[in-house]
Amino acid sequence: MGFEVLLKGNNFIRLLGGLGVALYISLISVAISIVFGIILGALMSLKNPVINAFSRVYLEIVRIMPQMVLLFIVYFGATKVLGINLSAEVSAVIVFSFWGIAEMSDLVRGALSGIDRIQYESSMALGMNTMQTYIHVIIPQIIRRLIPLSINLITRMIKTTSLVMMIGIVEVLKVGQQIIEANRKSSPNAAFGVFATIFLLYFLACYPISVLSKYLEKKWEN
Amino acid sequence: MEEILKINNLSKKFNDIVVLDNLSLSVKKGEVVVIVGPSGCGKSTFLRCINGLEDIDEGEVLLDGEKVSRNKKNLSKTRERIGMVFQSYDLFPHKNILQNITLAPIKVKKRKKADAEEEALKLLDRVGLLSKKDSYPRQLSGGQKQRVAIIRALIMHPEVLLLDEITAALDPEMVREVLDVVLSLAKEGRTMLIVTHEMAFARAVADRLIFLEGGKIVEEGSPAEFFDNPKTERLKSFLQTFSYE
Amino acid sequence: MNFEIIKEYMPLYIKAFMLTIRIGWMGIALSFVIGVISAFIMHFKIPIASKAVKVYIEIFRNTPLLVQLFFVYFGLPKIGIRISAEACGVIGLGLLGGSYMAESIRSGLGAVKVSQTEGALALGMTKGQLFRSVILPQAFTLSVPAVIANVIFLLKETSVFSAISLMDLMFTAKDLIGLYYNTTECLFMLVFFYIIMLLPVSVIGSIIEKKTGFKMFGE
Repeated sequence: MGFEVLLKGNNFIRLLGGLGVALYISLISVAISIVFGIILGALMSLKNPVINAFSRVYLEIVRIMPQMVLLFIVYFGATKVLGINLSAEVSAVIVFSFWGIAEMSDLVRGALSGIDRIQYESSMALGMNTMQTYIHVIIPQIIRRLIPLSINLITRMIKTTSLVMMIGIVEVLKVGQQIIEANRKSSPNAAFGVFATIFLLYFLACYPISVLSKYLEKKWEN
Repeated sequence: MEEILKINNLSKKFNDIVVLDNLSLSVKKGEVVVIVGPSGCGKSTFLRCINGLEDIDEGEVLLDGEKVSRNKKNLSKTRERIGMVFQSYDLFPHKNILQNITLAPIKVKKRKKADAEEEALKLLDRVGLLSKKDSYPRQLSGGQKQRVAIIRALIMHPEVLLLDEITAALDPEMVREVLDVVLSLAKEGRTMLIVTHEMAFARAVADRLIFLEGGKIVEEGSPAEFFDNPKTERLKSFLQTFSYE
Repeated sequence: MNFEIIKEYMPLYIKAFMLTIRIGWMGIALSFVIGVISAFIMHFKIPIASKAVKVYIEIFRNTPLLVQLFFVYFGLPKIGIRISAEACGVIGLGLLGGSYMAESIRSGLGAVKVSQTEGALALGMTKGQLFRSVILPQAFTLSVPAVIANVIFLLKETSVFSAISLMDLMFTAKDLIGLYYNTTECLFMLVFFYIIMLLPVSVIGSIIEKKTGFKMFGE
């Protein structure tokens, strides 16, 4: 059924290496998204009209534009319009961060607005100052709401990185194709085994993270 | 008895709507003053103004003869001396019961953890909730949460305790357990300012009652005078809404 | 920007747009059917079937559509299952979408208050009447915002169809860029057609979101 091709030489290691590239790109993008998403989310909850208008347009673009289209725009468009030659990897990180920051900022804004006013008031009524209220009461609650959602963002980011093969990054699908090509004669059915394995690899990468996210969400729900 | 809390000519507006109109009140040490009145009469706003959760437009609040400053830093100092319990369960959902109670004494009063915990456990025992010390707020009933909220205020050793309709959001069968705690506090001589809709409780707990309407004190008196012999028509008709005769 | 080029490419893009729309909406229709069936199976806790549905949901929610398509389009023929690229797109989108729709519809079913059930039973309704005329209408109303969010997500996902050589918008854009290097025009038209495809759905979604106070950003 074509699984045997993976046992040949270092084919399986190469496949894992390809998955590594995808995971690497998604982790960098997630890190950027979390940092800037928190900043933007905090800015959004200031209810400044200029920031609001900007963020609404930004979020709407992200909401309706497929990441693939954004990838094309950055990868092909940047070279053409700006004359800079972005590598496919850098383009991918730019696009996934652009998308992730929007998602994250919306989560942060939601978490902030979800904290009841009574939480601030009862902290102050106990004599806490603003700083103490934030450190001991508000921020811990926000973090508990955000952690499961951010973890969930990681799995979505990992799944989305499968797109980068379309702009020529040699990740797991591309490596798979190469293996299938190279063994076309000896293992004509390699496509089944290789793609089934990649299917499984993605599942193994994402499923535990989803489970963790769901577990934390359940554990911390009030 | 000495006077602990004095409010002089307090006025408060929300967008030109007068909520509190030139209100004055003085509370003696150990006195329990209950404020009743129709919804929207400004009862809750009055309590919130006293501990600075709302700004006041005119007038002053004196605690132990000292003017309560509206400056942020002094305000937290004042709030340590004036405890407040709210209508909705305001426990911190991410902390367990013991941590909810000891957070403020440890962080604000800088007390030792062991010391604060010891007192917290004593207080929990007193209201029959010692077994819940490691539970989280979501695992408690409404009545249990409100008893914890009272303890959380008590452990700061406030000189005055403000209770803002603390049973209004509770199921009827839980009201009693919370009010019993408040009654026992009254007996041991705590100074309290209570807003409530529970008339039987008001009568039992109050040294003095105040009827607030339209942001003004319409009538005040001892429980006997207030309930059995109301002087103003306004109070009479208000009290009538609570009887079925 | 050269409008002559845009005029020249327009027919190609329109053709691709129609293909994308057709496969997209057929896939979404399929996902809705799968979602409703799966949601009912889970809601009524039908033995074995509900376990199977849960496994199905986890598998499709935790793998990328692109990988699913590669497996079905390139992998399955090797064990004798041959499916056309178009059918593959519809099935792939339907299976992926079904796993999202199932969760949205199920939570809608779960959110109908117990008191509603009791109220209806107290009025003398039978269980069947209760389900048809009380639970279902409310459950669907409650699910609408999440379902629309899924529709937006699935329409966006159609952009990977080009990988299995469907001549959709992405395929056309990539092809034309590769052939003639009119990058600006090609990308402009790509964005333009995706806006036509998604903006109306998103606007309708936002209106419903405002009306129901439901958050629908993301998946």
